[in-house]
Amino acid sequence: MENLLPIIFSTSFAYSVLRVTTPILFASLAAIISDKAGVINIGLEGIMLFAALMGVISSAFTQSVLIGVLCAVATGVLLSLVLAYFSLNLKSDIILTGIALNLFSSGGTVFLLFLAAQDKGISVSLQSKVVPEISIPLINSIPVLGEILSGHNILTYVSLLCVFLIHLFLYKTPLGLRIRAVGETPNAADSVGISVRRIQYMALMISGALAGLGGAYMSMGYVSWFSRDMTAGRGFIALAAEAMGRGTPLGTFLAAIIFGFADALSNVMQSLRVPAEFVQMIPYVTTILGLVIYSIKQNNKIKKYRRNQV
Amino acid sequence: MSNKKIETQFEIIRTFVAILMAMTLALLIILLVSKQPVDALTSFLTGPFSSIRRFGNVIEMTIPFVFSGLAVCVMFQAKQFNMIGEGAFYVGGVAASFIAVKFLLPAGIHPFAAILFGGVVGGLVGLLPGFLKVKWNANELVSSLMLNYVCLYLGLYMMKSTIRDPNAGMIGSYVFPETAMLKKILAGTRIHSGLFIAILFIALTYLFMYRTKWGYALRMTGLNESFAKYSGINTKRVIIYSQVIGGLIAGIGGATEILGMYQRFQWSALPGYGFDGIIIAILARNNPIFVPIAAFFLAYLRVGADIMARMTDVPSEVISAIQAIIIVLIAAKRFLAKWQHKRIIKNSQEKLAVKEG
Repeated sequence: MENLLPIIFSTSFAYSVLRVTTPILFASLAAIISDKAGVINIGLEGIMLFAALMGVISSAFTQSVLIGVLCAVATGVLLSLVLAYFSLNLKSDIILTGIALNLFSSGGTVFLLFLAAQDKGISVSLQSKVVPEISIPLINSIPVLGEILSGHNILTYVSLLCVFLIHLFLYKTPLGLRIRAVGETPNAADSVGISVRRIQYMALMISGALAGLGGAYMSMGYVSWFSRDMTAGRGFIALAAEAMGRGTPLGTFLAAIIFGFADALSNVMQSLRVPAEFVQMIPYVTTILGLVIYSIKQNNKIKKYRRNQV
Repeated sequence: MSNKKIETQFEIIRTFVAILMAMTLALLIILLVSKQPVDALTSFLTGPFSSIRRFGNVIEMTIPFVFSGLAVCVMFQAKQFNMIGEGAFYVGGVAASFIAVKFLLPAGIHPFAAILFGGVVGGLVGLLPGFLKVKWNANELVSSLMLNYVCLYLGLYMMKSTIRDPNAGMIGSYVFPETAMLKKILAGTRIHSGLFIAILFIALTYLFMYRTKWGYALRMTGLNESFAKYSGINTKRVIIYSQVIGGLIAGIGGATEILGMYQRFQWSALPGYGFDGIIIAILARNNPIFVPIAAFFLAYLRVGADIMARMTDVPSEVISAIQAIIIVLIAAKRFLAKWQHKRIIKNSQEKLAVKEG
């Protein structure tokens, strides 16, 4: 255990926290947008997975990073449109539709992977591209901080940028206002002439695009291949992060960092003499604890409010 | 014809249309990707019935599907989206293997004790998301999904540290003693006596849901929680026991599967039956009576797809499209709703005409 502290307090560990937070952050932001519009997107896990595969396949066939990322984003948007169509037009329960989407992605990606790479497990036979890492000119010369913040994958910077963009989008633009209105009281929004369904469609599409970016990062940045079920519950962890962050972009960012920390910890602890199973459990146990702590706090708040009412 | 009857009729029609549309899409996909589409289709659709052994495979697979389907039925009837079936099934298998390897018991009692222990551990796992929900209103969907991973790693660790066979050549337990295994009941297949346990549980679950006070309270809570609460039902208790029972059934399923189909414990990943349970429960409309039919259908699809993947160039995962479409179309309230609406109006008008005439 005494080996652990120096590892955690090293710059390379802090660097890796940002690295593993990126996919969770993208998915958490995706969860915020759809949740604000009153549509829960349980399908994030499946959307990310499918986008990760499409990023690999399209970048391998076109040999272009940009097309790969765009294809991943397009896949995310497309799948979220399917989710929107079934849940908003055909009135399927949105949770069941999301679960169906996850099941479909889990099998469908293996199906496509087999067709594209003749392999059911991993895509290494495809010459896919990765999004490059960049070092930022001014920041990289700052001691300590430079080593942590510079030299990341472009998508990591995009995800950080998205935290602010989503904040501005939700709280400073007309569409953001409408999304929030629709989520809070759809009837009131409807009565002032906002098309609830259209707004929810848009929210789900943006959510899908963000999850698509998360997927692209998984297979074109975090690692340079696609492997089956590679998202490993990150879409669900994102839902917990969104809940813990109370649906605000900044709060969610902090929650995502906590989960990223747990993920990174689990990565570095693999070299220590701890049973592998316990190490692999860390991110999931952290998520459950986080969810419980958040729920307790919420509960106390409601109780206090009720007491004051009486 | 009463309007209620028309509604039931339409539920059946909708189910079949959904299955038909899903199958059509799968056939289109096969036509698109395969160089030998006729062979692929034949082996997919008729393969499971082409030999006793293959038909046996379908029944073998139906058994765990029945358990996971029943588990999801109970939880979904109470409107609890608890996904713990997956983890409970896994730890149920681990717990049963533990009893099977560590204890020496007579033949009849050994599997009974092992399966019972599997069920208890499964129930305990199901308790956790239910407890967190009732106590602090923590979302059971997220907590149970995370808990599934914990079940996998904790179960695997427990297995490794207690009953792992170092000479197995893989990550697995010691071979189960003869006394612990469930007997094969049909020569030429691997169908085992777990089939009877599955049938017993279909009956028990049905009786519980539709013939007991607890089952009634459970269904009422699922239909309308606030209404149930104001009519004096302790909904918190319902939410907890629905998930404990769900976990228990899934745990028993895992135990039965491991003792019936395997020589030793060797699952190094979640087996996926928990999520299959969702498809089955939706096909069966959360009614235990229809669970065996739905389970058999899904097993037929799986075995057919496996045969197709072995004989031709189409991977078996093509059925993930079928499953997803079946779920969303059956869950879709608006699917064929207009048609149903028209029938009901016409029916009422006819009745009115008869009355007036």
